[in-house]
Amino acid sequence: MIETQEHLRKEFDAYVAADKKIEPKDWMPDAYRKTLIRQISQHAHSEIVGMLPEGQWITRAPSLQRKAILLAKVQDEAGHGLYLYSAAETLGVDRADLVDDLLSGKAKYSSIFNYPSLTWADIGAIGWLVDGAAIMNQVPLCRCSYGPYARAMTRVCKEESFHQRQGYSIMMQLMKGTDAQKEMAQDALNRWWWPALMMFGPSDSESMHSSQNMKWNIKRFSNDELRQRMVDMTVPQAECIGLKMPDSDLKWNEDKGGHDFGEIDWTEFYDVIAGNGICNKERLEDRNKAHDDGEWVRDAAVAYSEKRNANK
Amino acid sequence: MSENKSNWPLWEVFVRSRQGLGHKHVGSLHAADAEMAIGNARDVYTRRQEGVSIWVVPAESITASSPSDSEALFDPANDKVYRHPTFFVLPDEVNHM
Repeated sequence: MIETQEHLRKEFDAYVAADKKIEPKDWMPDAYRKTLIRQISQHAHSEIVGMLPEGQWITRAPSLQRKAILLAKVQDEAGHGLYLYSAAETLGVDRADLVDDLLSGKAKYSSIFNYPSLTWADIGAIGWLVDGAAIMNQVPLCRCSYGPYARAMTRVCKEESFHQRQGYSIMMQLMKGTDAQKEMAQDALNRWWWPALMMFGPSDSESMHSSQNMKWNIKRFSNDELRQRMVDMTVPQAECIGLKMPDSDLKWNEDKGGHDFGEIDWTEFYDVIAGNGICNKERLEDRNKAHDDGEWVRDAAVAYSEKRNANK
Repeated sequence: MSENKSNWPLWEVFVRSRQGLGHKHVGSLHAADAEMAIGNARDVYTRRQEGVSIWVVPAESITASSPSDSEALFDPANDKVYRHPTFFVLPDEVNHM
């Protein structure tokens, strides 16, 4: 039976429209495969690079318990990166090539991780806001049309809510502390709030990949919808522990049943994506160093396995 | 860059979530050998007591059916509804069989 591309394409569209899952060996349009590889690998890279700003605080955590918690959280991020690389590989790409693209700077990762983590309160703000925004983005992805991605996201989301709570608990504790500790928490919120809102991507009118990805059930909600939810969710949480939102335009809008909020600095957003953020260079250098320093371990493991196979 | 890369083979990972249940596919990972694959699977897929037993299988050893064969493989079952007990109508007096 000869099926034309057109026929396959129609079948695929109908299948996805019926909210069914696509699995690795099923036929899929090249553009669908390509956009998924791009999105899943970028997502994986973000998890891996995301370990860096928090990893810097493992040795400086204020208590043994906080240290153990942060260590577990950072280990989770590594795990999330691995689930996602594994999902990307089902689309026919090689993991080593994906890693190469990250290390060479060719591939993108979430630009939030190009901001520095200056104080312990930043670890609170990252968990609360950055992981909070990530969850907001990721929950709908659990229903994404591509099976392996949806399954990876289900695992990630299950683990991620611990991350957000541990961040909020750091902020909560600081806000019960001395004036200096409260200031530290407020300062961290001031610096992370706007970059966290940028995590939802460009405004709907500017977004490049949105409409096709919506049709393909890769994306379920628009960038602006999710951003609005993030604002509405965070405002009462900040209020509850006595933090002030760093946005003078922020106010409740009864008509829309949500908050109005200030304009995002899109120049900054595109500038950081273009590589000019505070830590872009440092993050890539750190990743490259870790990769290079680990090379002898990878080589030794292969040599050991070859030797054992030869002796069999 | 790709030619001198030490590419660890891909392993598919199956986890038994608790005693009495079958192993279920959870994902894949790279490892130099089977022993390392088990160790990595433990770290990647069972950080929260998700399992009591792990299988790792070299991905290249798996033979999978092809979606284009699905009609030949699975369709005939559709016209054999009598394989399901509900096909047979029982008199009202007989409640359980």
